[in-house]
Amino acid sequence: MALLTILIDGVAYGMVLFVLACGLSVTLGLMNFVNLAHGAFAMAGGYVAVVLMQRFGIPFLWTLPAAFLATASAGWLLERSVYRPMYAKSHLDQVMFSIGLVFMSVAAMKYVMGSQQQIIQLPGWLLGRFEFVGVSVGRYRLFVIMVCGALALGLSWIFARTLFGSRLRAAVDDARVARGLGIPVNALFAATFAAGSGLAGLGGALGIELLGLDPTFPLKFMIYFLIVVTVGGTSTISGPFFAAMLLGVADVAGKYLIPQAGSFIIYALMVVLLVLRPDGLFARTKA
Amino acid sequence: MSAPDLAASGLAGHVRASLMLSRRWHTAEALFWVGAIAAAFLFPRQLLLMNEIAILALFALSLDLILGYAGIVSLGHAAFLGMGAYSAGLVALHIASDPLLGLFVGMAASGLLGLVTSPLVLKGNDLTRLMVTLGVGLLMLELANALSFITGGADGLQGIMMGKLFGHFEFDLFGRTAYAYSLGVLFVLFVLARRIVHSPFGLSLRAIRDNPLRATASGVPRNWRLAAVYTLSAAYAGAAGALLAQTTQFVSLDVLDFHRSADVMLVLIIGGAGYLYGGLIGSIAFKFLQDFISGFTPQYWQFWIGLFLVLFVLGGREMIHGGIKAVLARLRALKPGKRP
Amino acid sequence: MSAVLETRALVKQFGGITATDRISFSLERGARHALIGPNGAGKTTFVNLLTGVLRPTSGVVMLGGADITTLSREARVRLGLVRTFQINQLFATMTPLEMIAAVTSERLGLGASSFSRLDASATLVTETADILARFRLDDIMDETIATLPYGKQRQIEIAAAFAAKPSVLLLDEPAAGVPEAERRELLDTVAALPADVSVLLIEHDMDIVFRFATRITVLVNGQVLADGAPDAIARDPAVRTAYLGEAAHG
Ligand SMILES: Nc1ncnc2c1ncn2[C@@H]1O[C@H](COP(=O)(O)OP(=O)(O)OP(=O)(O)O)[C@@H](O)[C@H]1O
Ligand SMILES: [Mg+2]
Repeated sequence: MALLTILIDGVAYGMVLFVLACGLSVTLGLMNFVNLAHGAFAMAGGYVAVVLMQRFGIPFLWTLPAAFLATASAGWLLERSVYRPMYAKSHLDQVMFSIGLVFMSVAAMKYVMGSQQQIIQLPGWLLGRFEFVGVSVGRYRLFVIMVCGALALGLSWIFARTLFGSRLRAAVDDARVARGLGIPVNALFAATFAAGSGLAGLGGALGIELLGLDPTFPLKFMIYFLIVVTVGGTSTISGPFFAAMLLGVADVAGKYLIPQAGSFIIYALMVVLLVLRPDGLFARTKA
Repeated sequence: MSAPDLAASGLAGHVRASLMLSRRWHTAEALFWVGAIAAAFLFPRQLLLMNEIAILALFALSLDLILGYAGIVSLGHAAFLGMGAYSAGLVALHIASDPLLGLFVGMAASGLLGLVTSPLVLKGNDLTRLMVTLGVGLLMLELANALSFITGGADGLQGIMMGKLFGHFEFDLFGRTAYAYSLGVLFVLFVLARRIVHSPFGLSLRAIRDNPLRATASGVPRNWRLAAVYTLSAAYAGAAGALLAQTTQFVSLDVLDFHRSADVMLVLIIGGAGYLYGGLIGSIAFKFLQDFISGFTPQYWQFWIGLFLVLFVLGGREMIHGGIKAVLARLRALKPGKRP
Repeated sequence: MSAVLETRALVKQFGGITATDRISFSLERGARHALIGPNGAGKTTFVNLLTGVLRPTSGVVMLGGADITTLSREARVRLGLVRTFQINQLFATMTPLEMIAAVTSERLGLGASSFSRLDASATLVTETADILARFRLDDIMDETIATLPYGKQRQIEIAAAFAAKPSVLLLDEPAAGVPEAERRELLDTVAALPADVSVLLIEHDMDIVFRFATRITVLVNGQVLADGAPDAIARDPAVRTAYLGEAAHG
């Protein structure tokens, strides 16, 4: 019984990780750009939700789209201003640049909001647990699974079925060829970056209850996003999705069953996977 | 064939001179080290800060060996710093308080860790390397946290008592012995590194960094060379860790923290990689900056570090390094014996 | 007939593309052998398979009678199998002097010595100087390679291969991009190699090919279309239609 509960908790956790990280996987695939500051957008989304609820009394459900919009616009602005000059630089430069952004966002958030953990008051209908064929399920976890599951389905539909999606896939495959075909890669990237940041923000808001929220969030979860992306690859939606599920379940189960090991198992898993499959476990093998 | 032979013999002289050139000590280098010693007498109240600078410089030098000379990027170099620090700390706590023994054990332990983990950085591209090293760094932190019966966990290793250096010099409160010790170790390891990077081995590393395909097509066994320099670099980082543990008489999980790896990367970015002095100059700049900023906003120091990183990458690096190069060119122009 | 370098049914597939298709080939000791074929025929892929840059999907590569199919790149170089690249592969931040010294020091087996001085080995110094003189690189030997004009870089590319003292030399379009005037000199340098060095030249310029080669292999679509003496190749109707004819019209 407990095992099923762990599984459901792990799936909920993995779902949030997917929403948090999927934007990163697309930006990495599209512009070959390593944005370690992706978590800063997630944190920003979380704090938007907190502030809206605590200072302005806005209901939780409404803070979710607000978190998305706020971080998406921030992402759009930053992409135009500071990120764009970085695309041509080396991975090392990109990494150092985005670490710089992480440090700035962590310190700035500490200054503005203080370094304590944020706690939010969920609406009553999301509180508590219920029994479902003998398994105890948290209401909020079920809510998260449904919201994120719907998002994942929507994203994979966009990716696979729409014009935007097919252009995006073409650009991820080979940006130069895509440009040659007249696909506006820059605009595409700006839109994707904004949407990815927005999703991170939404994930940050959804995850307050599951992952916690304090100013060190971008640093703490950086490695998780990287695992999702490196294990899942960058050329599909399903890759990062399954990677996030795997990570979520493994992490929850590991911490529950062998608490002494902490995150050790996860990191070890990542290193091993990276060495065995440097291009990602679920990545298409390049023709 | 006598004409080319004749030309070649004159040429050989030039080739020999050119190959020797990089090895020769420059006046500016001598001045740098004299300055480092003089600083101890000029600023006797700043010895503890200067000790920190020397240790950071050694740590950055270790990163320069792999990044600047072999092109291996790393975001987890703190793993080796921490390994050295804990090893030296444990030696002092449980075995013997002689600093040189601890230093040696720290270097050996980190070198071993470097050797064992070196296969991980041989594969893939820069991106996978960044992530693998990041992963290894975090792994070591988790491990140190989990093995609290050895490492003391969050409390760290406390109550380290250091013996006298060479059986004579007691570690004092002002950091006199500490600075002399750290600077001495830094200097010895620097001279060694200088010798190594200007050896045939060092040249082959630069070959791998510049173009691995051509390097292997010239007969360079890439993997062995990279594994060797990674091990060496790890041992250097271990020495920095050992110095840190011994001169502060304390080791905590902080030595393995991610910010250590990021800081040392920043140090090298400030100073410039690939000419050995970058780490030394960078660490001076970094520590002064840190000291200065912490003076009025200690809590938010990280913000300014972040800002520096961003500005550096966005274009400040060219400015600063352009400036350094211009100064060096001036200095060189002053010297009569330059290249024909 | 003593083949130094030999392949048996060498196949390389990239996904669906078969870049080399069951190539069985042999290079005689001291040969001046040309490998020709239209763009995309698989010539570079073949050289990559010989030198270990790529691993074959199936088939065998033999050097001096020994199977080297799974040998590392650097081990092949140590056995004397050396190549140049169609696209320059240089140590861009080094000077020509340093690059030639790096290759020479590796060949002399000094590469692992980490405490000795670069200028300590007299052999290293004289052989580096010799290569620099032979390829007329002495006037630019102290400049950074990345800043040199393409023609000079091309010369360094070839010089680096010579510095490795090959017994088998594979030249992948060495004259590509070299000004007409310097081409002849470049090929003279190749011709001046000791008679026991075996050379395989990939080249599109038929004048050069027929002036240089005593044997020619024609590769089309990854397969050996013809193999033999130059005049036989020139007369071969299949070659004429498949390749030479095309070239004459194009
Ligand atoms: N790494 C690779 N991945 C996929 N396909 C490749 C790769 N390398 C070569 N090919 C394909 O293999 C075929 C042979 O290419 P190769 O470069 O060997 O031709 P080539 O004869 O050297 O041509 P050229 O005269 O233009 O240099 C081509 O169709 C090419 O597209
Ligand atoms: Mg080719």
